[in-house]
Amino acid sequence: MLESSFVPLLVAIPLLGAFVIPLLSKLWEGFADLVGNLVSVFLLGLAVYGLVHLSTGATGIVYKMGGWLPPIGITLVYDSLTALVVLITNLVVFPALLFSTRYLDQYTGRWKYYTLFMLLLAGLNGVAISGDLFNMFVFIEISAVASYALVAFGTRAEELEAGFKYMVMGEVGGLAILLSVALLYAKTSTLNLADMSQSLAAGGHTTFFWFALGTILVGFAIKMAMVPFHSWLPDAYLSAPAPVTAVLAGVFSKVVGVYAMSRVVFNLFGLSRTTAPAFFDMLVAFGLVSIVAGGLLAINQRNYKRLLAYSSVSQMGYILVGFGIGNYWGVVGALFLVVAHAATKGLLFLSARSIERSTGTRDIDSIGGLEKSMPVTAWSYILGSMSLAGIPPFAGFFAKLLIVLGAVASRMYWLAILAALFSTVTLGYLMKVIGKVFVGRKSTEPTPAQESPPMILLALVILVVVVVLFGIGFQPVLDWVVQPAAEALFGGLAYARLVFGG
Amino acid sequence: MVPFLACIVLFLFGLYAVLLKRNIIKIIIGFSIMEYAVNLFFAFAGFKREALAPIITDVGMVRNFVDPLPQALVLTSIVIALATTALMLALAMRIYEKYKTFDIAEIRRLKG
Repeated sequence: MLESSFVPLLVAIPLLGAFVIPLLSKLWEGFADLVGNLVSVFLLGLAVYGLVHLSTGATGIVYKMGGWLPPIGITLVYDSLTALVVLITNLVVFPALLFSTRYLDQYTGRWKYYTLFMLLLAGLNGVAISGDLFNMFVFIEISAVASYALVAFGTRAEELEAGFKYMVMGEVGGLAILLSVALLYAKTSTLNLADMSQSLAAGGHTTFFWFALGTILVGFAIKMAMVPFHSWLPDAYLSAPAPVTAVLAGVFSKVVGVYAMSRVVFNLFGLSRTTAPAFFDMLVAFGLVSIVAGGLLAINQRNYKRLLAYSSVSQMGYILVGFGIGNYWGVVGALFLVVAHAATKGLLFLSARSIERSTGTRDIDSIGGLEKSMPVTAWSYILGSMSLAGIPPFAGFFAKLLIVLGAVASRMYWLAILAALFSTVTLGYLMKVIGKVFVGRKSTEPTPAQESPPMILLALVILVVVVVLFGIGFQPVLDWVVQPAAEALFGGLAYARLVFGG
Repeated sequence: MVPFLACIVLFLFGLYAVLLKRNIIKIIIGFSIMEYAVNLFFAFAGFKREALAPIITDVGMVRNFVDPLPQALVLTSIVIALATTALMLALAMRIYEKYKTFDIAEIRRLKG
């Protein structure tokens, strides 16, 4: 029992932080920075501890709240997929909070920001560890409500508008998820994921089964901004404070969208390519639409942050295609892209903010030659772009390679060609930014700009190191983090055996 | 079956208001209707005709009882709905301060 007791801490510590920050900030405003960053460092430590703990051979840790046995009590499950998600969450949140210490200089109400951020973090970790469907919904809502408030944090007219728009879309998604939870409860009389999965497996693929799955997937699709539900995304990403954008783009869409979706599809509904080929073809189709639409929308943008936002839509499409291919390498590729894209997009949004901070503009045509004046920021952005575009030896390259390999292994050659082709579109729009903003033509004067303060640069460098390590050390990452997670998904209903056996 | 279908219809009414109404306050009302619909659905899922409250008394165990779990879940979801409604109304107030209107057709400073 003792070894598993770190699992609830992943939620309890940030909640405690959210409680302590407003109290202590009355004494000294700096406590907000201090407590927020301490919490994120501690959680990163816990995430690494959990990963190491799992690599010693255990398939997963099941924590039973209050000692009540499943399916009666609430269970928290920490298997290798959870370990992956918790790791990337805290890996991106830690530099984002470091970045926040200086970012917040322009705002008042520092403690409000950190309190909301802690709630967001508690919700994200909670989604990953919760072993029953209703708790998952509650944690999704905790993180979502915190993120709505954070998007509108600046309270300028555009930010409020984006926040409201995001909230309307997000809440429709949340209610769709809740409706599906109600449907599934009415059918199976249980909420525990493991228990429910056995009950659904016994019931067979009825119309009701597909209706409940469709309802919950609409909810997740809105949360992860798949086309045609992507309209809130660019506005919300542009309006939110930069560290929040990094967390929303890097982690929120992965945890609340991809993780919850894959958990529900593979472990709860127990689907696989062999049992439901039509469903997986549909995932591929939706993924392809997102890749194409996101890529084409990104390529015409002159605003470098909006370009990154649309590129997120496109990359999420790749992740969905990877899951849709449905064989081992497709799913491994999708999960590796989850890891790679989280760190990369976090890095890109933070360095984009660092540029905006110095130059005061988001238009790529009105700045140039920043490589000279802001070398650290420039190189962070360039290295991040290279990873996103899939240039070897960066993480993004291996992720897309694995997805293409998966497509070839399933004899979907046209899909492999399309995926590779649109990877060059990604390269195209990223090169446009690099060429104009950093290198600059010789004829134009470089824009005068000052390098950002050390705390911001530290946050950038940490993420650069992470991105480069994921690329160069892709073999250990694959062995320790990604492949066990893929096996947890492919185990399908083995999830139920873990919960009841452990 | 009829109460469940009625809940779905109510949910769709709410969705209609959210998607097609132009006034922010009416959109928020639409959300409340959708939330009521889902909560009602949950409560019906635990309902049983001529059953008793699930309370253990001196007389003995109640055998034929209403499922209490959905009611606990509905309470949780009502609290979440309260939080989201409060946040939405707060945003609506701040939007009104900036734009002097509740009409979403006129609140369009963003491009996308």
